[in-house]
Amino acid sequence: MRIAVLSGKGGTGKTLISVNLAAAAQTSIYVDCDVEEPNGHLFFKPEGVQDEETAINIPSVDEELCNGCRICVDFCNFNALAYINGKLKIFEEVCHSCGGCALFCPENALSEKDKFIGKVQKGVSDNVTVNTGILNIGEASGIPLIKKLLNENELAGGSPTFIDCPPGSACIVMESIKDADYCILVAEPTLFGVHNLNMVYELVKLFDKPHGVVLNKCLEGENPAEEFCLEKGIRILGRIPFDDELGILNSNAQIAVREKEKYRTMFSSLLQIVTEEVRHETVANP
Amino acid sequence: MRIAIPVDEKSIGASVCQSFGRAPYFLIYDTDSKESEFINNSAAASQGGAGIKTAQAVVDYRIGALLTPRCGENASEVINAANIKIYKTTDASAPDNINAFINGKLSLLDEIHRGFHNHGSK
Ligand code: SF4
Ligand code: SF4
Repeated sequence: MRIAVLSGKGGTGKTLISVNLAAAAQTSIYVDCDVEEPNGHLFFKPEGVQDEETAINIPSVDEELCNGCRICVDFCNFNALAYINGKLKIFEEVCHSCGGCALFCPENALSEKDKFIGKVQKGVSDNVTVNTGILNIGEASGIPLIKKLLNENELAGGSPTFIDCPPGSACIVMESIKDADYCILVAEPTLFGVHNLNMVYELVKLFDKPHGVVLNKCLEGENPAEEFCLEKGIRILGRIPFDDELGILNSNAQIAVREKEKYRTMFSSLLQIVTEEVRHETVANP
Repeated sequence: MRIAIPVDEKSIGASVCQSFGRAPYFLIYDTDSKESEFINNSAAASQGGAGIKTAQAVVDYRIGALLTPRCGENASEVINAANIKIYKTTDASAPDNINAFINGKLSLLDEIHRGFHNHGSK
């Protein structure tokens, strides 16, 4: 069971919810796909951490061999190559590592070299296996890292997996939810919250993913995000109250479920609701 | 010398296109022969790297100067590698900008914007 946790922007409680759900499960895997700013590991403080560098293949040119035929420039669908002033220029951030240019170069002037873009870090925090993707600063795309994080996860067998997605709804988020069985959308009770919720709601609809909403920071009174859910007929999975104690635990990077019985109860019942939803979905749409 | 300027349509009073890589056409003007010519920018429809491909096409036209309201980082790298100078256009029409350039009234484009290469993730 793979559960992706999303929100339209950062700071809505995406990490709070994915971390606590993972901690509330008997055994679980927490995958931090927010590779530009991974922070789940700050809560879990995993032990026995191992790093694995992740590289992508980028072409490099041997200028002695290149005769300027430009076959590679015309071939590249992503326009990552230009031939200027008698020299081939390679735009590494634009390259999608398809390998085509090296294959088609008639002079064998292109070869592939490794470019390290970040690392995958794995460790254990009690009942939770913590896998974190960390993108090197300045790298344009974390997608190769996410692919690696989620592929490896395949091996881990039966435990539920909680995927802490990057904020927003861009292609990096799509990559993160691609193989998810269920998507939890986290929303704040404001008009901005509705706007952000709508972004991710459109995305999960596009991907045809079963989904539900967790309303975070709930106060007494009106909740525009709740109204939005009722209007669109979106399942509300739970409500997390706006509560100082939870806020303090969270800002001290403590896991609420591990500190207080009442939060364990709260997240365990949320987990149960989500698990039932997933089971229901697999029965209804196997 | 030939100069290039991104335009919105193929007409002599054309307005300057606000985007370099996504401009549908370029007006190429030859200051010696005083002839002008429109070229289609096939890169405008590319999914990514439009600026690089456009810059390549413009460079291949052996121009001496590019007049444009803005230019992305990658595109300007290509243009600079070809030793072509980039000048910033004003709000006036393309022909007025060409005249302004000939009279030495346009300044170099110094603010190069970072582009949208993060796939819009932020
Ligand atoms: S295809 Fe090979 S020889 Fe031709 S321009 Fe590219 S690198 Fe040079
Ligand atoms: S590997 Fe593919 S994307 Fe990268 S430069 Fe070569 S053809 Fe373009």
